[in-house]
Amino acid sequence: MADQTLPIHGALDLTPPRESQHTLLDILHDWVITVDHKKLGLMYMMMAIFFLLVAGAEAICIRIQLAVPNNHFISPQTFNRLFTMHGTTMVFLVGMPLVFAWANYIVPLQIGARDMAFPRLNAFSFWLTFLGGIFLYYSFIGGPGLYGTGSAPDVTWWAYAPLTAKAFSPGHATDYWALALIVTGFGTIGGGINIMATVLSMRCKGMTLMRMPLFTWLMFVNGAFVLIVITPLTAAQVMLLIDRYLGGHFFDTQAGGSATVWMHFFWIFGHPEVYVLVFPAFAIASEVIQVFSRKAIFGYPAMVAAVVGIAFVSLGVWAHHMFTIGMTSAGNAFFVLSTSLVGIPTGIKIFNWLATMWGGKIRFATPMLFCTAFLFQFLCAGLTGIMLSVAPWDWQLHSSYFVIAHFHYVLVGAIVFNVFAGIYYWFPKATGRMMSETLGKWHFWLFFIGFHVTFDTMHFVGFEGMPRWIYTYPADRGWQHLNLVVSIGGVIQAIAVLLFAYNLIWSLFKGKIAGNDPWDAWTLEWATSSPPPIYNFATDPVVRSRRPLWDLKHPEDPDWKYD
Amino acid sequence: MSAIPLVPASYEQEWHLPSKGRVGMYGLIIAESAIFTIFVVAYVYYIGKSLYGPTPQQVLDVPIFNTICLLSSSVTIWLSERAIERGNMRGFGLWWAVTITLGTIFLVGTGMEWYKLIYHDGLTIRTNLFGTTFYSLVGLHATHVVIGLIMLGLTLIFTLTGHVRQEHSERVQVLALYWHFVDAVWVVVFTVVYIVGR
Repeated sequence: MADQTLPIHGALDLTPPRESQHTLLDILHDWVITVDHKKLGLMYMMMAIFFLLVAGAEAICIRIQLAVPNNHFISPQTFNRLFTMHGTTMVFLVGMPLVFAWANYIVPLQIGARDMAFPRLNAFSFWLTFLGGIFLYYSFIGGPGLYGTGSAPDVTWWAYAPLTAKAFSPGHATDYWALALIVTGFGTIGGGINIMATVLSMRCKGMTLMRMPLFTWLMFVNGAFVLIVITPLTAAQVMLLIDRYLGGHFFDTQAGGSATVWMHFFWIFGHPEVYVLVFPAFAIASEVIQVFSRKAIFGYPAMVAAVVGIAFVSLGVWAHHMFTIGMTSAGNAFFVLSTSLVGIPTGIKIFNWLATMWGGKIRFATPMLFCTAFLFQFLCAGLTGIMLSVAPWDWQLHSSYFVIAHFHYVLVGAIVFNVFAGIYYWFPKATGRMMSETLGKWHFWLFFIGFHVTFDTMHFVGFEGMPRWIYTYPADRGWQHLNLVVSIGGVIQAIAVLLFAYNLIWSLFKGKIAGNDPWDAWTLEWATSSPPPIYNFATDPVVRSRRPLWDLKHPEDPDWKYD
Repeated sequence: MSAIPLVPASYEQEWHLPSKGRVGMYGLIIAESAIFTIFVVAYVYYIGKSLYGPTPQQVLDVPIFNTICLLSSSVTIWLSERAIERGNMRGFGLWWAVTITLGTIFLVGTGMEWYKLIYHDGLTIRTNLFGTTFYSLVGLHATHVVIGLIMLGLTLIFTLTGHVRQEHSERVQVLALYWHFVDAVWVVVFTVVYIVGR
């Protein structure tokens, strides 16, 4: 056993494990009944990767349809369903499970805990989220409306009233959509409570709040943040179902209700949600960049303050999604200013990551490649965000492909890139094997090129006035060449993602044996074996600084001397 | 295998962490507050926007007795929390039962109010915007009272069978937090529905 090589002696219990049977049914049973945070984390991760492939395939269908003018690859109805399902899936069945995948797997290990605070609530939350996914996709066969054929939701992922009213969306597709979001929402609330309680109540001795790794800090803020972010959506969905099933009038303009109220309720959830999704990306960057630059993170307190600042400010920016509905100029001015304000804490974070890299001994392994690209792309996404936060500019470009390019720059260029970085970084910890670097480099460069071919070009399609949601366009608009380029980029990204999936499976069986600490990292998860034993640490670790493993590896120059 | 101390023995500090039960319940309360906030905002925004009657002025009576019952149940549950902390299990069971009774009276009162509104005033959830927002907001709160009563009732059963002992006072207090929250929300709902909106 590799205990001798571990920096914390006694971190492993060396009693041989009991013999267990390994039939397929046993293994499946093991995973279904588990309350272990590591297994649940991996289940969240597998769910996210599965739905990433599904929603990615939907995106590819959309791009094939738009590649050439006057195309009839899919019908307009199918097109509406595909972009609705693509958006809903990516946000609720990929982005949200990813939050909990990272939080579940890494946070208890980083704070030296045995498990999450409420292991059974944890399993319950996962299965609720999974059930939501089944609800949403069951709509393909269970939600036939008046269209005759199968009917997935086609009301877009923000589902503006009154399109969602019974009269305009007959059948059950919209109900499956609303139910799926309520159910995953409950799962999210359970997960958020669990993260909050874990971080506050389960830290090992000496792990004060200001000694927590930044990853844990971001997940903690996120756990508390989702409690007030996801719940307005739950409330709005309940209202929608009351309207649809009990004949209520919340969003029924004919009875004095207001469609604008739905927009407000949706975006009070919808904008902070972007930050919920991006915080894990920040968390991963904060670990990967310092380890691969061989320097402690620059400006730790400022990083913590910035993330709390982003969370607070982002609660007051939602109506920048609604500049075109005709708000008062005072309303416009408020949301322009509050939205621009987000740029300040975000800028602090970018500068601190850059300052961490500055003068460091940078190793460009695959995780670091993804994080470096993230820094650049997230900056660009932030800049187009500032452009769109200016109301007159937004009036010009709202509902054009420029907006799509902007938010995909965040969602793909920042979040997906860092999720890949995180998987390459922690895969050795979770499986005991390294992912293939060669395939990893291929994956990175293909994905990087595909990303820029698609989404850089998409900005210009937007400038040329191509609106969102149209399923095809005539040839004389001058959009066809750029659209073809965008679609080709999409195919390159798809190839890269398939390469990544292949790499995952190949490395799981054939990858190089990783050892316990392949990256020479500094946080506690690398102080136990790979994969970690079910109890994580046989003796509770005690920490004295932000980099407990550095202290143990360098007793002559520990961090706590400088506290 | 020997456990080598990781840090010098001189480093011995008190290490206190908050109770995870309380943190978890506070998390739930934060989340629930956000849900209620959205329903309250919808109610306030739609006050007076119904295109046809009945209006709140015509049909709503202020449920003073109900409100007194629910709010005093916060006091009785506090008394039972104090009793279990001191190991007085009879006092705990007694005050706990009184709390359940007061909560049930509140629920029955709401039921009677709704019966009157539906059968005498003809106000249902689909009648007008006021009906929609009224039944949603008050119903959301009543749902929480029902959930609270189920949990309080289970605790009472366990108390009567002797399964609840002094060492469970922490858990009982976490549950009581939820009940205090349900009462506190009623203050908001009452103000909005029966004072501001009427």
